[in-house]
Amino acid sequence: MSMSTTPSAAEAELAVQAKQSVAKSQGYWAGVWKRLRRDPLTIACAAVLLVMFLAIVFAPLIAPQDPYQGSMIRRLRAIGTTNYPLGTDELGRDMLTRLLYGGRLSWFMGITPVLLAFVIGTFLGVLAGFAGGKVNMAIMRTTDIFYAFPSVLLAVAISGALGAGIVNAILALTLVFIPPIIRVAESVTTGVRNLDFVDAARASGASAFTIVRVHVLGNVLGPIFVYATSLISVCMILASGLSFLGLGTKPPEPEWGLMLNTLRTAIYVQPWVAVLPGACIFVTSICFNLLSDGLRQAMDVKG
Amino acid sequence: MLFYLIRRIIYAIPIALAVGFVCFMLVQIAPGDPINAIVPADAPGDVVEQVRRDYGLDKPLPVQFGIWLSKVAQGDLGRSLATGRSVWSDLSGAIQNTLMLAIAASLIGFTLGCVLGGLAGTFRGSFVDRAAVSVAVAGVSVPHYWLGMVLVVIFSVQLNWLPAMGAGPGGSGDWAWDWEHVKHLVLPAVTLAVIPMGIVTRTVRGIIAEIMNQEFVTALRGKGLTRGGIFLHVVKNAAPNALAVMGLQLGYLMGGSILVETVFSWPGTGLLLNNAIFQRDLPVLQGTILVLAMFFVALNLAVDLVQTALDPRIKRA
Repeated sequence: MSMSTTPSAAEAELAVQAKQSVAKSQGYWAGVWKRLRRDPLTIACAAVLLVMFLAIVFAPLIAPQDPYQGSMIRRLRAIGTTNYPLGTDELGRDMLTRLLYGGRLSWFMGITPVLLAFVIGTFLGVLAGFAGGKVNMAIMRTTDIFYAFPSVLLAVAISGALGAGIVNAILALTLVFIPPIIRVAESVTTGVRNLDFVDAARASGASAFTIVRVHVLGNVLGPIFVYATSLISVCMILASGLSFLGLGTKPPEPEWGLMLNTLRTAIYVQPWVAVLPGACIFVTSICFNLLSDGLRQAMDVKG
Repeated sequence: MLFYLIRRIIYAIPIALAVGFVCFMLVQIAPGDPINAIVPADAPGDVVEQVRRDYGLDKPLPVQFGIWLSKVAQGDLGRSLATGRSVWSDLSGAIQNTLMLAIAASLIGFTLGCVLGGLAGTFRGSFVDRAAVSVAVAGVSVPHYWLGMVLVVIFSVQLNWLPAMGAGPGGSGDWAWDWEHVKHLVLPAVTLAVIPMGIVTRTVRGIIAEIMNQEFVTALRGKGLTRGGIFLHVVKNAAPNALAVMGLQLGYLMGGSILVETVFSWPGTGLLLNNAIFQRDLPVLQGTILVLAMFFVALNLAVDLVQTALDPRIKRA
């Protein structure tokens, strides 16, 4: 693909490419969509997640109260109190409002590390798998070191050493999820690398970069992506767990894990209000898990 | 086999060293001067310089790592900033408590996981299968620190059957195997058991289902073996992989119990870590992580060796 083609030639090439990709995607993605549509559980989970996503994005519009405005005289009201459908927290703030706002940080901290790890891990894993030899050794042996730590411990260790804060927590979680993504990316890339069409491309003079871009990435991104989606559920639990330990968000910022922590002392007064933030984490986490399972089946990814 | 054993142990050495290096680096990546991890912040300047020389903190990083490693190898994990006691003295008791909790949780989780997974794998597509899969998904999706709170609400607050925190009537006093102490173990162990239960259910279901599809099972059925007889053959084939997964889960429980220990104020390594984080007591943080990670490395090695010994097909040497 030379950069010095005339505009019309470049346009023509783009058009051809677009046509090809449309033609290709119709076959595969239409099949995936057809399988997904016959899977009511996955669709239901996707719908729940979509509703939650919209609710937390538009929290300022739909939240009935101010998330920071507390009141000493209406602390820890029960679920179903007038004006406070889900009760109030230990500082008299409206629970529904804080749950809506809290979801923003919880989702952000649950998804961002996986996204970052997906990009970095895919890069390193494909590099290791495609280059082989010493590069592979160097990357995979480094990965082994991180596998020698249980994931919760690694996340707590790194963010504990770096100190509390959202950025540090995201950094720690990203480091936790890079190694497993590298392993998956490396193994699928190694599998693809030895297939005939890669040899054919190499024989016809394609550069290593072109082979990776056209032949390898197209075949490995799907499985790596599906695997990464399965990590969102774990990441969400871990991220909220870090906040629960006081390593993530700081008060008065609403975040489900932190809310759960500050409400712990309230379980003797309003137990069912106190466990609400955890229920939100649970619902989100289980939906992401089932969605990932559904995607894996629909995309026919093994593993 | 002996050759494999030796080679596998030799392979574990660089991993253990690297794990040590990561733990060493924890204090280095911490904001501020690493000297603050050794002397209190209000120490006079000349004392700080003296300690800096004594600890070799004026030397290059690789040399520092060597010094630290030789101390650790001799069992010296440093002193706690908060209490002034040696890290190991606090850690040794905490590890026993965490190990007890992890073993109790794995007994519950593995038993339930094997039963559910075995039933689900044998009767694929049945009601039992669907129920087991649902339980497994819920088990791996539940934030266990939250589940702990819910169990406390139900069994401590509402029903008043079981204590909500601590490891004994006196809070965290001496452990004894009587009901007064054991009842403190019930809720944390059940809470910690849900994740391994989910994972073991999933794994065992997969393994059993795969084995049931193999030809030798059809052959056994064809020669008229009873259900129980076939079951024994299936178990024998499933055991190595299932045990490997369970062994690793025990390691994850040891390292992952921090959240549950925090919820229940269980006096183990998790609570120790939690306090160390709050007080920015880096020597305790570093020592605890190091010991837990080394335990995990050793367990990994043990699982590998046991799996090889159990399964004659894995002739890896």
